[in-house]
Amino acid sequence: MRLLLVEDNARLAAAISDMLVLDGHAVDHAGDLATARDFVDTADYDLILLDIMLPDGDGRVFLQGLRKRALDVPVIVLTARSEVSDRVGVLDLGADDYLVKPFDFSELEARVRAVLRRRGGARSNVQRIGDIAFDRLAGTLEVADERIDLRNRELRLFEVFAANPNMIFSKTKLVDRLFSADEDVSENAIEVYVGRLRKHLTGSAVTITTVRGVGYRLSIL
Amino acid sequence: MNKRGSILRRLMLQLVGAAAVLAAILFVLFQSFARQLAIEAQDNTLFASASAILESVSVQQGEVNVDIPYAALSMLGNVSDDRVFYRIGMGAVPLTGYDDLPGKPGADAVSWTDQYRGDDLRMVQVSRALSVAGTLRDVTVVVGQTQGGLAQKLAQISRMAIFIGAIYFVVASLFAYWTARSTVRPLNAVAEAVARRGPLDLRPVTKPVPSEMAPLMVALNAFISRLDRSLTRSEDFIVEAAHRVRTPLATVRAQAEVTLRRVDRQENRNALKQMIRAVDESSRAAGQLLDHAMVAFRTDHLDQQALDLGAIAAEVVERQTPVAALKDITFDVDITAGGGFNGDAILIQNAVTNLIDNAVKYSPQETTITVSVKGNSLKICDQGPGFPAADIDTLTDRFARGTNVGNTVGSGLGLTIAHEVALAHNGALTLSQNPKGTGACVTLSLPS
Repeated sequence: MRLLLVEDNARLAAAISDMLVLDGHAVDHAGDLATARDFVDTADYDLILLDIMLPDGDGRVFLQGLRKRALDVPVIVLTARSEVSDRVGVLDLGADDYLVKPFDFSELEARVRAVLRRRGGARSNVQRIGDIAFDRLAGTLEVADERIDLRNRELRLFEVFAANPNMIFSKTKLVDRLFSADEDVSENAIEVYVGRLRKHLTGSAVTITTVRGVGYRLSIL
Repeated sequence: MNKRGSILRRLMLQLVGAAAVLAAILFVLFQSFARQLAIEAQDNTLFASASAILESVSVQQGEVNVDIPYAALSMLGNVSDDRVFYRIGMGAVPLTGYDDLPGKPGADAVSWTDQYRGDDLRMVQVSRALSVAGTLRDVTVVVGQTQGGLAQKLAQISRMAIFIGAIYFVVASLFAYWTARSTVRPLNAVAEAVARRGPLDLRPVTKPVPSEMAPLMVALNAFISRLDRSLTRSEDFIVEAAHRVRTPLATVRAQAEVTLRRVDRQENRNALKQMIRAVDESSRAAGQLLDHAMVAFRTDHLDQQALDLGAIAAEVVERQTPVAALKDITFDVDITAGGGFNGDAILIQNAVTNLIDNAVKYSPQETTITVSVKGNSLKICDQGPGFPAADIDTLTDRFARGTNVGNTVGSGLGLTIAHEVALAHNGALTLSQNPKGTGACVTLSLPS
């Protein structure tokens, strides 16, 4: 996905960008509204992450401007403002959702997914891997003409594998992707989800193989 | 409120008091003037009578001859039934009439009031010099009349004076009441205009007022704008404080998460996780404290509008669904239409968000949270550890947390906020155990 991050705090922006890049997204960063307008004029984005308080103006004005120009790009507002007031305001102005700083990256990811799903996924999100089809927005796997609904964690785990078939992921990396840093889970928790995915993939040419002592990978037979 | 007298009552007292004094003065003046007139009228008749008698005194062949004309006494009789006394004398020698009738020797054309035979008499005396046997002698005529007719007339006049005074008093009092009312009316109009305002309406008062009230209005408007400024300042401060605290916390958290992805050594990972937990705890505490301050502020100035608890619950559930999905928690929502109440939308939304957020936080993965709304009652049940029986009554206290929360991040303010919002709306927040196995249930009930 191509994302535009509009955030004036350079260090926070760098950290968010790093994280999004680690998750496999392309990120452009604008430190103020003027730069953000230039970016929006020259490129198409799948989603904009928008801070409210910016050095050259209010993010909400920018949002209003986008909607006035009938630019329908999904916007998630990042706000540091009070949780009580002002939240409804940004939704009324045309934001798809908002996140209160500081936020959990898994929550950001979940909200992005929910927004894109709500928007109906204008682009095709179906990825073919071997003889299966994976729709990351709908959260479904098509195995041998049968459609399987993945639960949220199964979906997120499969997404990690599907982004880089044949790459080996350690249990630790997978735990990081699946669980919030607040949750106390042992690495063995991952085995449950790998087991479920293997069951879903039964009968296809795709499987998750264990690389002893290292981790797991998605293999196409 | 410290009330010191009433302007309306004081104005009324002063105006009606003045009217009473004026009516009394009017009565006295009218009466004494009328009395004066009546006495003068009697005097004139008495003088006319006395003069006619005096005219009839003549000297014939050295003899004083008195021939009292009938008209002289009958004109007195015409006035009333009063008795008439007269005396005609020459020098000190009485000629005819009542010899003992008092007189004023040597005086001419005088009138006075005197006692005679137990009655008050109005008396006049006239005299004239006559030449009797070559010498000039003073002939004096004194005529007196009792004052029964005068008293009767005066009583009549008094009644009239009382009547006129009373009419004056009533009319003046009515005018006084009307004046007092119209003086106080602009005050009441301003009071009503200010009292009718919504809690957040801090515009200056522009109601037209009499110029005497202008200083009060200027002071009131100055106060309103000071209040507005100070409220805006504290709101700005809360927003600014939130921004100042949350942005660096967000930076730390994001950097810690990025680093966590890149670090493999278990002890480093644990340290980073501890960091993230600490950040979450402080940001949550900061957020809840600010929320709590905002709730306390709004509770004092409750914004009333028609709300639908079902719609609010559905909205909050929709927003929390992506977060719940991260733990494969699903919502089972059952909303019965109907109900409706008046309340503060932001407060209710905040309370419901806190309750649903709690349920998500304490629910184990792959469980279901049931949210049901019947009328104005919202019940949220989870399948988490439930409330510890020993603490269930104290969990709505500030910073109170259950003994079984384990490692779950929390500030101990979520239930407090929901409880205070419920109380502010005359509602109730009830904690109970999930009847279906383990878990906690929270019921928010609001009056319709």
